[in-house]
Order: sequence, then C-alpha cells, then structure tokens
Amino acid sequence: MDSLVTHSSILAIAIPLLAAFLTPLISRTGDKARNLLVIAALAFAEFLVIILARDIYLNGVHIYTLGAMSPDLTIPENYMIPIRIILEVDAMSVFMGIITTTVSLAAAIYSIPFLKEETGGDRFYTLLLLLTVGMLGLVFTGDMFNFFIFLEILSISGAALAAFRTRRADATEGGFKYIVISAVSALVVLFAVGILYAEYNLLNIAALAQVIQYTPLDKIALALLVVALVMKLAGVPLHMWAPDTYSVAPAGTTPMIYIASLACLYGLFRVCFTLYGVTLNVGTVGWMVIGIGVLSMFVGVTMAVHQSDLKRLMAYHAISQSGYMLLGIGVGLAVLANPQALASYGREAISGGIFHIINNAMYKGLLFLTAEALFFRLGTRDLNKMGGMCRNMKYTAIFFIIGALAISGIPPFNGFTSKLMIYESVYRFSPILAVIAMLVSVITLASFTKAFQSAFTGPALPQHKEVREVPKPMLIGMGILTVIIIFFSLFPSLVVDTIVTPATDALIDQAGYISAVMGGA
Amino acid sequence: MVSLTYWSPIALIIALLVLLAITFIFRSRGEERYKKGTAQTQIFLAGEEPPEPEKRHVRAHHMYWGFFQALKRYYEPTINAHTGIVNDYLIWFTSLAALTALIVFVAGLL
Repeated sequence: MDSLVTHSSILAIAIPLLAAFLTPLISRTGDKARNLLVIAALAFAEFLVIILARDIYLNGVHIYTLGAMSPDLTIPENYMIPIRIILEVDAMSVFMGIITTTVSLAAAIYSIPFLKEETGGDRFYTLLLLLTVGMLGLVFTGDMFNFFIFLEILSISGAALAAFRTRRADATEGGFKYIVISAVSALVVLFAVGILYAEYNLLNIAALAQVIQYTPLDKIALALLVVALVMKLAGVPLHMWAPDTYSVAPAGTTPMIYIASLACLYGLFRVCFTLYGVTLNVGTVGWMVIGIGVLSMFVGVTMAVHQSDLKRLMAYHAISQSGYMLLGIGVGLAVLANPQALASYGREAISGGIFHIINNAMYKGLLFLTAEALFFRLGTRDLNKMGGMCRNMKYTAIFFIIGALAISGIPPFNGFTSKLMIYESVYRFSPILAVIAMLVSVITLASFTKAFQSAFTGPALPQHKEVREVPKPMLIGMGILTVIIIFFSLFPSLVVDTIVTPATDALIDQAGYISAVMGGA
Repeated sequence: MVSLTYWSPIALIIALLVLLAITFIFRSRGEERYKKGTAQTQIFLAGEEPPEPEKRHVRAHHMYWGFFQALKRYYEPTINAHTGIVNDYLIWFTSLAALTALIVFVAGLL
C-alpha cells in the first residue's frame, strides 16, 4: 500500500493514459469490454487520487521525481537546481484532482447509451481518457513546460470531443473554435515559459518562484500567462467561444470540457499565488482578477437569461459561475501582502472561491448532463420546442431541480454555502462587489426558472407524447453528481474542513510549495 | 470559517419540514366540496373558451420580455459583440493582452 501511495500521482496519470491507447484494441472484442476498461481505469484513477489526498492531508506536499533513484530526490547530486520532471501535488492540486476524476467517471458512465447510437465509440473513449490525463497532468505538474504539454493534451482532446458529432455543422464549428483559441492560448503560454526559461534557466515552478524578481520581462510573462489562461477558462471578455463549444459537445463531455476550463482557472491561481506570489503587485493583479470575475458574473448571467437554446443558456451560466470563483480568490490575492486583511476576510474569500469550484463542478456538471438528456430524447436544444417533460422524464426533472436550486444559491443547497462565504468576505473588502454577486444570483434563479418552466412544466406537446426517460447509465451518471451535491449541502462544514481549508492553506503557502522541492537550497 | 459557524442546513431542513406539516394540517381543513376534474377546476378566461392545452404553454422567448425591453440599451451592444467570428475572439484576446501588460507596467511605475 505504501508503494501505491508513493507512486499514486504518476499512476493516476499513467493508468488513464494507458487505457486511452488500449481502448481501440479492446473495442475489437466488444463494446462491453471497452466500457468496462474505461470505467475501471477511471475508477482506479479516482481511488489513487483519494489515497493521494489522504497522504497529503496527513504528511504534506507529495513530490514525485521522474527518472530519479528515489521519487523524492528532487535535486540530483552535483546539481543546484531541479532538472528532472517533477510532479508536485499539494492540497490544492489534489482538490482539483478529486473534481477531475469524479466528473470524468460520471461522464464516462453517462456516455454509454449515447455511444450505442453512434459510431466511433473507441475514439470517443480514447479522447475522453486523454482529456482526463490532460487535466490531471495540468494540476499535478510541478514545472512550467509540462504545464504547457498537458494544456495541449487537454485542448486537442477537448476540441476533438466537441466536434465528435461531425455530421452536425455546429459541432464542427464548436470544435474548430475551441482548437483555435486553445492553440493560441497554448502558444502564448509557451512564449511566457520561454521568457522565464531564458531569464532564469529554470522550468520548475518551485525553483522559479524562489528566484523570480518581477523584472519587466517577468511582467510580460505574467501578462501573457494571465490572458492565455483567462481565455481558456472563458473569462469575460474572452468567453465568446464557450457557448459555441459547450453547447455542441456530446453526451457527458460538456462537463468535462468545463472542468478543463476550471483546470485552467487553477493554473491562473497557481501562477499568481505560487509562481509570482507576493513579488507581484498583488493589489493591481488582484483587482484585475476581481474585474474579470465581476464582468464574467454579470455578462454571463445576463446573456444566459436571454437564451432560448438550453445548452447555450447553461454555457453562459458556466461563465457566470467562474466569475464567483475569480471574485473570491481575486479578493484573497488583492490582500495577500496584508496579513491582517488576509486573516480577517481574505482567507475566507479564497476558501469561498475554492469551495465554489467543487460545488460548481458538481451542479454545473449535473445541469449539463440534464440538458444533454433532454437533447438525447427530444433531439432539440431549443426551449421553445419543449414542454411538459416533468411527466415523461421524472428523474431528469428532479436532477434538474436539484442542480438549478444549487446553482441559484438557494438554501440549503451547497451553492448557497459557498456563495455565502463569498458574499460575507467580499462585503468586507468592497460592499458593492458583494451586492453585484447577490444580484447575479437572483438573475441566475430567474434564468433557471425560465428553463424549467419551458422544458418541464405545462402540457405535454403532441410531438413529445411518446418520449421516455433516459436509459439507466445516464441516470446513474447524473445520480452520482446528485448524491455528491446533497452530501455537500448537508455537511458543508465537513467538506470545508476536510478539503477546502487545506487547499486554501496550500494556495497561500508559497514557501511550503518551494521548500518541498528546493529543501534548504 | 466565519460563515459556517451559524449556518446549519440540517436546522433549516427541520424548520422546512415543520412548516410543511403545518401547511398540510391547514390544507386538510380546507373546502370539502372541492371536486377535481369538474367545472370547479376549469380555466376561466372572461367567458372565452380556453385554448388547446399545448397552446397554453408560455414559451421561452415570451418570458421576461419587459426585462429585456427595459435593458435594451445594455443588451443591443452586448449581443452585437457576440459575433461568433473567431477573428473577433482573437482581436479581444490581443486587446486584453495589451491592456493587461499596460496595467501591470503602469502599476509598477506608481
């Protein structure tokens, strides 16, 4: 077991990667064997991430050096700097790992019935597994170059998944837009990494963080990294690709592409808090993050309430919810250099933002799955062509209600708890920002009332009288996320104390991140 | 965690269940002559015949019409900015990159 824990970080990446390349081979023996392989690989990856999390909460940052005599030998003999590929997993990274594996598993199960009616199931699951690999690698890596590599893996697999239904023109367009913005973002990230490497001869994040000086070149690298990652996480005004891509991604892949955006959000926070830390002008960069957050919240929700396409409506809400995370963590960043303000409300603002990441991953993931369930049965995303589905799709309706109440911040659901933490702490920083956040929550409720009223209530339309509930695997996929939402809603303190607070502490603790790799060097 | 010291979802659920029970008691003491499926439950539209059930449903594009009208000056430019053209997305990207770099540099001079 100890050996499994030691190698858990690399195995969590390697096993889905191996399964991705085995899938086309196993598919030749039958679809059931393929499905079993994919679900077993993702379930095992989830298990590895959970034992890794337990180890991190007990023993601190987990380090894995590839190619070294011992995984914790970060700096080779006769060297002063780390030169090998290092995975550095702290409580914040593993927090994202838990989200990634949970949503991937639910999405894989959910996608089984969809693939019965499509060709290319082996390629679909290969891409789905590669997307999981990209996300896990991105959040576990300890160096900037591999950050770029995993960003590329998740971008290419995400774009291919978005364009999977190639017979539909909008799917090809959505995939094309995703690959264009991803390629541009990744190139800009690579350019920034090149600047840092040219300046410091380092790629390791901890080693860079130890020596970075916020020179003019560092400022250019920061601006490039921030903008590239804001583009990938769909922050306003760089959000416009998201509705085009999220709305066309098939089956369970929309939540996964959304989680890929949240992985980029993690990347942004890692760059600001860990790579640059207090060396950067935290007030200015913090306010920039807050500004993008407020714009994302407001523009996202006002555009969402205007939509008649259910998945586009949800895509705009995804943008809006990312705004809450940017707002909470941006406030924490803005007061990072002020220990009194950080202790008074900054730390809680960061916790609220981080708690909102996992809450949102679960209920937004669930809502995307319910939207795809409606599309699976009705063949349309247009709310004007829906109605009365409460009778025909009872379980989907219940899942939708739970997701909608959670995203709207209605107590006692988990969305309320994280929003409450954000409102309270942000109010002490700037009351107007908290008021805007509350207003956005009200419009979110109005928007989901519209969606629910249009799709589920009213008389059954003649063309949909024969519609049945979705198959069991789809219900199981939605059920997994619903159970987690209910658990988080009932026991918020337990969740905050167990996984959110350690993640907050890890994000703030730049010195701890550096010393885990550099030791006393 | 300041917020979570006074927030208890279990207490709220218990309070909701108590309210639900009280509501149920009031409801059970209601009008006994009520008959489901009779003229008592028919829709009354000033004496007009109600439309067919499938035509009664309020569609999505009819909802919040007044809200959108009131915010027309906000919605028109915002929707127009969402052109759906990739070139425009990259113009936004380049502009924001330049603005971010400018802010970071100017803030460094202050």
